[in-house]
Amino acid sequence: MLEELKKINELSNIKDKEIFYEGEFIKEDAVSLFGELKNNEIYNFDQLIDITAVDYPSREKRFEVIYILLSMKRNKRIILKTFISENENLDSIFDIFKSSNWYERECYDLFGINFNNHPDLRRIMTDYNFEGHPLRKDFPLTGHTEVRYDDVEKKVVYEPVKLTQEYRDFDYTSPWEGMTDRIDDLTGEDKA
Amino acid sequence: MKEIEVNTTTINFGPQHPAAHGVLRLVVELDGEVVERAEPHIGLLHRGTEKLIEYKTYLQAVPYFDRLDYVSPMCQEHAFALATENLLGIEVPQRAQYIRVIFAEITRLLNHLLNIPAYAADIGAVTPFLWCFEEREKLLEFHEAVSGARFHAAYFRPGGVHQDMPEGMEEKLNNHFKNLPKFIDDLEDLLTNNRILRQRSVDIGIISRQEAIDWGCTGPVLRSAGVPWDLRRSQPYDAYDKVDFDIAVGKKGDCFDRYLVRIEEMRQSISIIQQCLTQIKSGEISVIDNKITPPKRSEMKHSMESLIHHFKLFTEGYRVPEGQTYNAVEAPKGEFGVFLVSDGSSKPYRCKIRAPGFAHLQTLDFLSKGHLMADIAAILGSLDIVFGEIDR
Repeated sequence: MLEELKKINELSNIKDKEIFYEGEFIKEDAVSLFGELKNNEIYNFDQLIDITAVDYPSREKRFEVIYILLSMKRNKRIILKTFISENENLDSIFDIFKSSNWYERECYDLFGINFNNHPDLRRIMTDYNFEGHPLRKDFPLTGHTEVRYDDVEKKVVYEPVKLTQEYRDFDYTSPWEGMTDRIDDLTGEDKA
Repeated sequence: MKEIEVNTTTINFGPQHPAAHGVLRLVVELDGEVVERAEPHIGLLHRGTEKLIEYKTYLQAVPYFDRLDYVSPMCQEHAFALATENLLGIEVPQRAQYIRVIFAEITRLLNHLLNIPAYAADIGAVTPFLWCFEEREKLLEFHEAVSGARFHAAYFRPGGVHQDMPEGMEEKLNNHFKNLPKFIDDLEDLLTNNRILRQRSVDIGIISRQEAIDWGCTGPVLRSAGVPWDLRRSQPYDAYDKVDFDIAVGKKGDCFDRYLVRIEEMRQSISIIQQCLTQIKSGEISVIDNKITPPKRSEMKHSMESLIHHFKLFTEGYRVPEGQTYNAVEAPKGEFGVFLVSDGSSKPYRCKIRAPGFAHLQTLDFLSKGHLMADIAAILGSLDIVFGEIDR
């Protein structure tokens, strides 16, 4: 199968990782690539298992969007990746895989990735009127707002998060181990 | 031009309703009593598990998996353990593999012993609930015996299992599973040919083979539609390639088929457990590498090195080599997968949880279209929805 996958022009950087194949594509090719993978008898990746993303804020194209496909006939999985920057949109693959509907909504909700031609791109996981995209690395773990029931107003109210103790992020790395790269630089007696 | 009067009622179902199986809010559009549209609003139980895991070490992330689908905790730990082991490049000892399979199957029984009576209760039967809960309690005692907890076990850990089964456990398991098939027979006597159950579930919520694949259905929902797909067979993990079992497959893909598939899966689970119990041998229960699994308590009292290892493991944790992986297990509800990204530190960079129920709930709209309002409860029950895993 690896040889056949290599023949697809849209795919690059294909690897065989034993339990799955891995490949990359550019975002413009999404619809044609997924159509080919699903409908061509050679591959038959007819089930979309999941769509997700990983955020790397330091990169220029910060989001790595990941599609996981499964072919039951060939008993193979493939993980497809594409890279987009914050203000770029992806094309929805709802016309090819119906299950992408909620997966894309989840990506939109948690990462803020927009999908063109999606039938119903709304938030799915977070609260009604929620602001921000929680799985981005620059979103704080504690969030921005907290809720409580206000006895006077007789309703649930939203307030900025108040922590009685600052969030603590300990650095457990041993100071000796943490210097491994520096130790390599040292020569002779200094190395000890 | 003739004017057509559209006369639909929109009602709100849940989020607090016993048939909603947790916190599901459904906006249902009805024409009389016939469902035109059913739109699930989810996320009321969203706890940000994936975000939290990014701030925890690999070991600290394990208990979060118990709390996803809280009726089948160990199967989910299994997926996470496999993913982490894959990145670490380690193989788990034989005994640990068998213990994992035994407990994954006990978990499957637990899940089906909850789902079947809950489904029956949704459509009017109360007795199965009481019967099955008694059986569940007996199985939970096995959970408790190995891990100390009935539900939130944190027992399958990257590298093996937390501790060995207590002495005499194998015999107890053997005795228990000798009698359990009798219970399933009794349960079937009560349900399978019950007129009300059949009237409420045969031909309700039919999903075809193609639709099930298109909508990303896995597990009993997919198998009930006639697809013999089971990850335990097609992509075996741990000791599943050493046991022999049948895959239950339905014909029509209606609610009744899904019920029958689950009943048969329970029988197969019992057989798998019995096979494991005959094959299991004594030995190590986790990899012998103190950089990943903690040293024995007794060693820590004498050995300085063990003490240091223990301290490092429970503060910093172990570092996992850079990489990405996707590992899936056949959880009782379907394919439960973990997509894990490591940046080389002791905390996962990203951990995406693929929950089977998320895909199944998506199908609710088209499954219930044209059925009666009361059938929504039956369809929901037969899809085996648990919000812990859907909302994450």
